[in-house]
Amino acid sequence: MRIEIDAKGVYYRDLNRKIRQAVREGYTEIYLKNVNGQYYIADGIDREVTIIIDGVPGNDLGAFMDGPTVIVRNNAQDNVGNTMNSGKIVVHGRAGDVCGYGMRGGKIFIKGDVGYRVGIHMKGYKDKIPVMVIGGKAGDFFGEYMAGGVLILLGLSEDGDDRPIAGDYLGTGMHGGVIYLRGEPDMNRVGREVGIVPLEETDRNIIERSVKEFCEEFGFDYEEIMKGQFTKLVPVTNRPYGNLYAY
Amino acid sequence: MVMSSSLWTDNFHDFYVDREQERCIQCLVCVRQCPYEANVYREAAGVVDSVHKNCTGCHRCESLCPTRCITIRTNPSEFRPHANWQPREIKNIYKQARTGGVLLTSTGCELPYPNYFDRILIDACQVTNPSIDPLREPMELRTYIGRKPEKLEFERTETGEVRLKTEIAPQLKCEVPILFSAMSYGAVNLNFCEALAMTAKEVGTYWNTGEGGLHRKLYPYGDHTIVQCASGRFGVSKTYLGTSAAIEIKIGQGAKPGIGGHLPGEKVNRDISETRMIPVGSDAISPAPHHDIYSIEDLRQLIFALKEATDYEKPVFVKIAAVHNSAAIASGIARAGADAIVIDGFRGGTGATPLMIRDNVGIPIELAIAAVDDLLRAQGIRNEVSLIAAGGIRNSADVVKIIALGADAVYIGTAAKIAVGCTVCQRCYTGKCPWGITTNDPRLAKRLNVEIAAEQLTNLIHGWAHEIKEMMGLMGINAIESLRGNRERLRGVGLTDRELNILGIKHAGE
Repeated sequence: MRIEIDAKGVYYRDLNRKIRQAVREGYTEIYLKNVNGQYYIADGIDREVTIIIDGVPGNDLGAFMDGPTVIVRNNAQDNVGNTMNSGKIVVHGRAGDVCGYGMRGGKIFIKGDVGYRVGIHMKGYKDKIPVMVIGGKAGDFFGEYMAGGVLILLGLSEDGDDRPIAGDYLGTGMHGGVIYLRGEPDMNRVGREVGIVPLEETDRNIIERSVKEFCEEFGFDYEEIMKGQFTKLVPVTNRPYGNLYAY
Repeated sequence: MVMSSSLWTDNFHDFYVDREQERCIQCLVCVRQCPYEANVYREAAGVVDSVHKNCTGCHRCESLCPTRCITIRTNPSEFRPHANWQPREIKNIYKQARTGGVLLTSTGCELPYPNYFDRILIDACQVTNPSIDPLREPMELRTYIGRKPEKLEFERTETGEVRLKTEIAPQLKCEVPILFSAMSYGAVNLNFCEALAMTAKEVGTYWNTGEGGLHRKLYPYGDHTIVQCASGRFGVSKTYLGTSAAIEIKIGQGAKPGIGGHLPGEKVNRDISETRMIPVGSDAISPAPHHDIYSIEDLRQLIFALKEATDYEKPVFVKIAAVHNSAAIASGIARAGADAIVIDGFRGGTGATPLMIRDNVGIPIELAIAAVDDLLRAQGIRNEVSLIAAGGIRNSADVVKIIALGADAVYIGTAAKIAVGCTVCQRCYTGKCPWGITTNDPRLAKRLNVEIAAEQLTNLIHGWAHEIKEMMGLMGINAIESLRGNRERLRGVGLTDRELNILGIKHAGE
């Protein structure tokens, strides 16, 4: 069952109420047109519906969400997938700061660049592993405090873009999870809690599976992307501050 | 960090296990009970001996010794008296010279800063206005926590009935103005959490999960549970939010304003790992700020993200530490859409905090509540939020005084722990609590019997509730609402004009 909602000029609270109403009524595909910065779309929705967004959604897209698939046919703003639990968010453009904060499960695919503090404090428990794949480059504090999950940063960019793949303080405070960079990081920009280790078979499987899905979403050439060399970053300890205190 | 091998400081221990050997029957209860190994059995000599340096002063062995042969004393050995270089300072320097570490401690500030509760007295009715006897007359302690409308509007229905037109924001109904403050699963164990939850249900109040998530076993207590959303976002899911009675955004804590928290890996066992979604043995790290909150506008964004996620059905609290600008910050929080503001004074407890921060950062809750209440009233927005005071509330008189200074209700944490056996030894961070409260070691945790603990907590709340009614009665007040912000019924003793001015009270004799 599909429903179309015109978001033009609709206040975010009214728009989200309509979306929740549609979910309750059993619609499985919700198409939102003329979205223009409305906050909290798909916030807290816990059914496996598909929400397609035309336009630019506002902050906290998919916050606390548990199950839906959200497709944004444009850029997204800050706090995409804030503390999300499961489901999938696909952004056919760029995303802002603090994307995937405290993410507990599910997948986020961003076609282009992301801002600062993306993937911070992602979690992971047993088989519940959140995955975020970013096609472009990331700002400072990428993967800060990361406690679990998988971050894949592809660094695809146009010719002449000489920005580093990630900004300063990459993975600072990291104590769990894994970051894969397509390319090599500038070690001066990497947090001191992070180390580089060789890729293993399981790592290659995760990368291949995730990049394949990324390419299917956005139409990139999988073989071309996989020609790049991937670097694996992991925390050097799961107790970065274990020796900080005097007893 | 280099651990120096010199241990010349070992003999400068804080406590001394005074054992009357002639009364000791070598039953070894003290040996088994002490998780710090301060009591040991010397097999060759056939005697129980003490390792004084390991004693934390918790009194567990003393309380359980069947022949009462143990008395825990402060170490009689004294350094040369010096007003500036007190033993505490000397020993701390020794500790740091040995380890190079940050001094760690637990519970609330132990230094003798002025305690305004102890310099405020309560008024009573004599002759000209009658007091009320709560044993024989109705006395209302029920408190609703949440945003109140500026005015009420009514309308008449087609059938002629009068109906409330104003939409009332979600409220927490508390039968007593006392709630249990945030103590995370991890910092305290599941037994204690369950005892708090059972008590909250029994007496009609609420307990708070703290930032460690909610163990599945406690979901049935959801109606009496306030769930926290802190910077580490541990255990925060749609189910967690949906199970709660209210949601609390933790910005700060009185025992450690402005810093994050590290639950040490030693405390992260399998269940805690699952509830927090981090690996076993890994430190649980809460960043200092929420990285999606750098302004009041950002705070508003999280408040409404939580409200959207729960369909505007639950009140959202914001908890801050009492700091210099609390009043202006609280005004911002009220305008950001919070339903209640929790202010945690600098004497507030914690499972672990750097000593320097616990003892030197923040302000007393008495001054903070008075200042916040004043500003919110002056700005005409006091009705838009409830105020919950926390941080060092020790007894029912403190509750009465802080409500009269402007709070709606209080949170208690340390007092609740003391009710189930805590002796405030300040070693929660070791994870070896001898009373089975702040430990996840199953052998120690089972010392806390859930039903007995719940009974003790229930007794405490009933006792305080009765005392609050007595104090209201002697003031001639029969509803807690009439006490709130009623500073005319308080008087200061030994306070300066400036202090009285901030507290908004007169001096005794005026």
